[in-house]
Amino acid sequence: MTEPAAAGPALEAIGLEKRFGAARALAGLTFRVGRGELYGLVGADGAGKTTAIRALTGLVALDGGEARVLGMDPASPRVRERIGLMPQQYALYRDLTVEENLHFFSRLAALPRAAYRARKERLLGITRLARFEGRRADQLSGGMYKKLALACALLHEPEVLLLDEPTNGVDPVSRRELWELLYEFVQAGMAIVISTPYMDEAERCSRVGLVHGGRLLLEGRPQELLAASGQPSFEELFVHAVREGRA
Amino acid sequence: MSAAIEARELTRRFGAFTAVDRVSFEVERGEIFGYLGANGAGKSTTIRMLIGLVAPSAGAATVAGHDVATAREAVKASIGYMSQKFSLYLDLPVIENLAFFGAAYGLEGKALRRRAAELLERVGLAGSEDQTTGDLPGGLRQRLALASALMHAPPVVFLDEPTAGVDPVARRAFWDLIRELAAAGTTVFVTTHYLDEAEYCRRIGLMVDGRLVALDTPAGLKRTWVPDRVVVARGSRLGAAERAFRATPGVRAVAPFGAALHVRVDPAALDAAGVAAALARAGAVDVHAEDAAPSLEDVFLAVVGADGRGGA
Repeated sequence: MTEPAAAGPALEAIGLEKRFGAARALAGLTFRVGRGELYGLVGADGAGKTTAIRALTGLVALDGGEARVLGMDPASPRVRERIGLMPQQYALYRDLTVEENLHFFSRLAALPRAAYRARKERLLGITRLARFEGRRADQLSGGMYKKLALACALLHEPEVLLLDEPTNGVDPVSRRELWELLYEFVQAGMAIVISTPYMDEAERCSRVGLVHGGRLLLEGRPQELLAASGQPSFEELFVHAVREGRA
Repeated sequence: MSAAIEARELTRRFGAFTAVDRVSFEVERGEIFGYLGANGAGKSTTIRMLIGLVAPSAGAATVAGHDVATAREAVKASIGYMSQKFSLYLDLPVIENLAFFGAAYGLEGKALRRRAAELLERVGLAGSEDQTTGDLPGGLRQRLALASALMHAPPVVFLDEPTAGVDPVARRAFWDLIRELAAAGTTVFVTTHYLDEAEYCRRIGLMVDGRLVALDTPAGLKRTWVPDRVVVARGSRLGAAERAFRATPGVRAVAPFGAALHVRVDPAALDAAGVAAALARAGAVDVHAEDAAPSLEDVFLAVVGADGRGGA
């Protein structure tokens, strides 16, 4: 690796500050994510998760603090080809087929043809969308659409991947399949940040940060946080932490 | 007294594709009825037929005693509907959204104002009348959407994934509202992908590829579909051990639940201690295993995930 800061954290949020009018969306949010780590951002609606993810991809002009991806400014063009983002409203081409969408995004990422063919086959296999290669995106169910969006976001096998609630509305079986896919990439060294309202998913992250009011209330390995809290489940931990944070 | 909702061989085809295939069920007045299934199983199409948005290709259904194919106006007046993407006007104040939906159902003047005030109180939004809807956090917006669907006091409400993407605190508060509503006699037909919520339903229908394959109470579904022993195992390196562990005789299914594994075993072949020992042999560390009651997610995986991955 000749890129800068190859040994440092894959992703750093350092004292992020962002205001929207009177609302303080980010209030000193700080966390770091290493390579091969799956970091979960959990929190109530409006806690700042989406703004944090947007800031880490260089889509939000910060009022303070610093976001760094692979040691660089996330807005720099050199980061662009090494980062992947799946926002909540992922814009696929609804009048294109599954295959055509994948092909389009591969060209956007300037993926060589041979690499595209190999990765497409693998991603369609894992997402079990191979049977639906010729189906138009607007004919897919919600869960299949999410899986296709994830496949498109993963095509260029970014070193850093940010996923904003990728499993909302996805049924429990498909949700498990998406997580198997994420584990595979993390084991190969990818750094992933995922926001989720599902507490069972939060429990499956390497580490989680509980966001409230634009900053972290809690951070750590899920099992250690749970043990330290004395709560019977991760959901109880979340409910109590948020209530205390509000008080 | 007829059922609040009655479907008889209800079917909908789109070209060669059968989205809903001869589905029959009855929902009683005041019942919370859960309708579950994988994405694309036909849940939303069923709802769209029941609320008169889509005509059945075959079969029939009544809602509040009205035929969905021939009495669509009467059906519309009898139901409230909250869709996956709630249709609120985000640039309007809270109270004007309620006024809009109330007026659409013929409410006006004092009656409209009284009903709006009553519902805002009930859903915990009293005092927020003049706030711009788009400024509300998602959980409150969702309650406002429910209030909008209830303005005309419908005897039957359809909630299509009302809690998708909502955090656990807001989800709990929302279900408290739903249970109050049902206790007061409203019939609730709800779809969800959160199986912990489905436990609140009196009965649950499970759809697979357009067909209703199971219909029972949560307890009944568990007895029928998960007769095995369920063992919950916690520890370290469970994921790495999973593949080798699956080959253990007596293991019928293995699925991650949060940080734990749910293992369904043949009770004659394995107990919790046996599961712990087999996981340790497969490479897991610090394993604790104990018997657990099956959850609805175990049921869902047994019914829907019957492909060798999630299911047995």
